[in-house]
Amino acid sequence: MSKFRKKGNKSQPAVNTAALPDIVFMLLFFFMVTTTMRETTLKVKVVTPKATEVEKLERKSLVSYIYIGEPIKSLQASFGTAPRIQLNDAFATKEDLFQFVEMEKDKRDEAERNLVTWSLKVDQKTKMGIVTEVKQELRKVNALKINYSTKKTDKILD
Amino acid sequence: MAKREISEINAGSMADIAFLLLIFFLVTTTMDTDTGLIRKLPPPPEDNPEDIDVKQRNIFEVLVNANDQLLVEGEYIQVSELRAKAKEFIKGDKNNPDMPEFKVEDVPVFGPMEVSKQIVSLQNDNGTSYEMYIKVQNELIGAYSELRNELANQKFGKSYDELVAQSESSELIGQQLDAIKAIYPQRISEAEPKKIGGAK
Repeated sequence: MSKFRKKGNKSQPAVNTAALPDIVFMLLFFFMVTTTMRETTLKVKVVTPKATEVEKLERKSLVSYIYIGEPIKSLQASFGTAPRIQLNDAFATKEDLFQFVEMEKDKRDEAERNLVTWSLKVDQKTKMGIVTEVKQELRKVNALKINYSTKKTDKILD
Repeated sequence: MAKREISEINAGSMADIAFLLLIFFLVTTTMDTDTGLIRKLPPPPEDNPEDIDVKQRNIFEVLVNANDQLLVEGEYIQVSELRAKAKEFIKGDKNNPDMPEFKVEDVPVFGPMEVSKQIVSLQNDNGTSYEMYIKVQNELIGAYSELRNELANQKFGKSYDELVAQSESSELIGQQLDAIKAIYPQRISEAEPKKIGGAK
């Protein structure tokens, strides 16, 4: 007699999946709480350098971003590979920074306008020339609190 | 009237809906926390700037060229050596005529105290890579924070970060923090960049 004969017509009871929605909702809420919405679509490739002395940026609502890097692959055909500045969703030149700063300041409450941090997200391969130009422009419009966006690391390699 | 049996709502597709929402959030949001080196730019230059004379011995000169090479106080060194050199300079030595001068200043908690007149001057080329620039900045900031940490541990038995964290809740700790900052003020001055050497 075979031990593996079919056990008649008894069907296996289905796995109870009643708790599955609960699990998924839990995951959903976790992600909703811990993440933030993407605000801009990056048009430049930015790999920020690493540093050890980083500080966390408090109050995200008071941070405005300036991206500098070479255009992403799909845009290189029309824009080339020279590093560019991106403000909000579009490429910009350093002359546009003045307007950008004013607009970003207008978005905030009057009392907080001088507390805005300007976060420079710059690709690590970029040359300092363009970064310095941006910094000089920021100085001219009195946007002095800046942050060089970097990733935290424990050890700097030469 | 006979009790009518209420049929259960079919919740079988609830999981699908929840998954859909989950995937939507996964795609549209980012998780990266923002970290970085916080710096303050100097205010815009005045029309006719006055030349401020700073003695050579008070300046710690850091030059970075277009090939990402580092020249510190006239000596070619590696980034890994920068922190120790900067610390030595910022700490100072009263008996060494090449090290920065000391000036008596009113420091909270400690009263009048001799404080070094050190200034770190950083100059980079337009061709310097951003990565190198951040490395150098990082080492200089690191030198200051290590010195502050050592002083805080020695005087108050707390690390500098602890002082910062607790300064809001206690006035005394706030003053202690100010004292540490007054003894080792972070003076990193960035000279106007030069356009020499290397392609743009």
